Amino acid sequence: MKKLMTATAAIALTAGTAFADGHGKEIKLGVLLGFTGPIESLTAAMGTGAEMAMDEVTASGKLLGGAKVTSIRADTGCIDNGLAVANGEKLIADGVNGIVGGDCSGVTGAILQNVAIPNGMVMISPSATSPGLSTMEDNGLFFRTSPSDAREGQVMAEILQERDIKSIALTYTNNDYGKGLADAIKTSFEGVGGEVTIVAAHEDGKGDYSAEVASLASAGGDILVVAGYLDQGGLGIIQSALDSGAYETFGLPGGMIGDSLPKNVGSDLDGSFGQIAGSDSKGAEVFAELAKAKGFDGTSAYAPESYDAAALFLLAMQAAGSSNPADYGAKIMDVANAPGEPINPGELGKALEILATGGEIDYQGATGVELIGPGESAGSYREIEVKDGVNATVKFR
Amino acid sequence: MELLNALVAFTNFVGVPAIAYGSQLAIGALGVTLVYSVLRFSNFAHGDTMAFGTMVTILVTWLFQGAGISFGPLPTALLALPFGIAVTMGLVLFTDRTVYRFYREQKAKPVVFVMVSLGVMFMMNGLVRFIIGPGDQRFADGERFIISARDFKKMTGLDEGLAIKTSQGITVVTAIIVVALLFWFLNKTRTGKSMRAYSDNEDLALLSGINPERVVMYTWLIVATLATIAGVLYGLDKSFKPFTYFQLLLPIFASAIVGGLGSPIGAIAGGFIIAFSEVTITYAWKKVATYVLPETMAPDGLVQLLSTDYKFAVSFAILIIVLLFKPTGIFKGKSV
Repeated sequence: MKKLMTATAAIALTAGTAFADGHGKEIKLGVLLGFTGPIESLTAAMGTGAEMAMDEVTASGKLLGGAKVTSIRADTGCIDNGLAVANGEKLIADGVNGIVGGDCSGVTGAILQNVAIPNGMVMISPSATSPGLSTMEDNGLFFRTSPSDAREGQVMAEILQERDIKSIALTYTNNDYGKGLADAIKTSFEGVGGEVTIVAAHEDGKGDYSAEVASLASAGGDILVVAGYLDQGGLGIIQSALDSGAYETFGLPGGMIGDSLPKNVGSDLDGSFGQIAGSDSKGAEVFAELAKAKGFDGTSAYAPESYDAAALFLLAMQAAGSSNPADYGAKIMDVANAPGEPINPGELGKALEILATGGEIDYQGATGVELIGPGESAGSYREIEVKDGVNATVKFR
Repeated sequence: MELLNALVAFTNFVGVPAIAYGSQLAIGALGVTLVYSVLRFSNFAHGDTMAFGTMVTILVTWLFQGAGISFGPLPTALLALPFGIAVTMGLVLFTDRTVYRFYREQKAKPVVFVMVSLGVMFMMNGLVRFIIGPGDQRFADGERFIISARDFKKMTGLDEGLAIKTSQGITVVTAIIVVALLFWFLNKTRTGKSMRAYSDNEDLALLSGINPERVVMYTWLIVATLATIAGVLYGLDKSFKPFTYFQLLLPIFASAIVGGLGSPIGAIAGGFIIAFSEVTITYAWKKVATYVLPETMAPDGLVQLLSTDYKFAVSFAILIIVLLFKPTGIFKGKSV
């Protein structure tokens, strides 16, 4: 048994070096997302989105003199730090040149600290939105194509202010996402002079929310902002608040935007409003069409961000002329931002050509990518109001 | 006027929900307490029996809705309820024949029975998830409100609204009927009396010619009925989700123990004690206080004893206090 283990380890090691030697011809990107777990319904489209960018680049034959890009998928379980870190290590052992992922904020932090930083590997997350990741020490190895929830807090505060709302009651789902978002909303809204009467957590998956709603109602406030999940406690809170007449209008952050909410609650939800990450850039449409041709839904949450994450890797490699994370890492901000030729989805071949001749590009991609601060998306948001039982887009911010 | 507003706000956010929740807990706890007093073990599978009964009722409700049968302003689920009860009776009799009877013949200790019921719980748990899935199911239809907050405000001219949902009204009415029927059955009928005799002293009951298998069977039939009714009322009022029903086991056992395991009156009292303490202790009194107190004394804070996060902690604290100082429960459970 021991011999077998040693032999396996030895083979794995030689295999690893063999792949490392083959940099010029083959580039491997790890796709480390929660293919099982709480967001498994989103990750299928996310993975395909990322792989679409890789296929596009391979087909163009212009990356680093005709390199072939292959994807290696691995699972984070969304909330399973142990699994995520083990699979991150496995990707490193497989000799990947970059990691698209992780997905949920908690595991992303764990992979960054336990795998990416020790191994000097670059990560671009399409969907981790916790504000905590902005300040985490990352040695310039971590980027994300989704905006931080801190940004969502600002957007929400702006919307509340424009709608002339003076005070809110705030409840959040009791986890990293909910807490971070609630803090961001509270800070931003108080920053513009609003009053937050109460900040109370709620647990998901309970049947009865009358005690929570009783406290929220007692605190008062013009509207109730529910930073939760639309299929979980968020729905229960809204239902219970409507039933008891505690609140009639609700503020709905990203986790609460979806078709099922107005359908489940009914006409009472009309007039409630909120926002979700999304842009009106031309890229989003182009991406949706490309995705349709490939047979998946390009409007699925974070699928465009995943495409952009994979594309940014490959463009940065081309700009640096190397697939070594130490070389291309610094180029990611360059290719993502102005100046340069704007690049939409489907134009990766053109972008690679410009970069090969020493030109500059401003990658727009499917989400109008612009990276700010510590390498995260500036974030455009879609403002939504529920009208006649559907989420109607008011405008983009 | 101010006082009236305070009263209405309190009734709306504490009184009505707690009475409805308390009734649901009470019917659930009655089932637990019956199993405990007659069969002499804590039935951990009770929450999942409730889930199973509710699931069958939901499936029949959907069938009725598909066929266009409705119950006017009342939820269709009430029509489907007898079918749910019947199927659940079949299931608990089946588990009794195949599982519990074996251990009864062995004269197994109560703790063995508890473990066996844990196994049954997992089986039922899986069965329900397998058939209807782990997700949320909504099956309430008909009129949603007896009186809605908006109408109440219009009617009375008060600032505070009072909402009473149809499901809450049905819950309380059903609870009263069920409890009355159960007490009549236990005290007046021959079968009820033999159940009580069997519960008081098994050997003496056997000597006086009571057939134990009959008593056991009737107990299970009643437990299945109570469990299905409690489950359907809870599901109508909130929503149906297998995991929530599994979690309900905690407050239900707390109710039964606080009231005194084995005592039907205790189970009812326990249900309301648990429900009211969960809601009142975590209630933010600011609104009520603002109405009642003169303006200068109006509170700035929320006047909340405990954050709602600690809702479950309240039932547990009560449970521990009762077990420490009055282990037989408030109404002296007979067989603890």
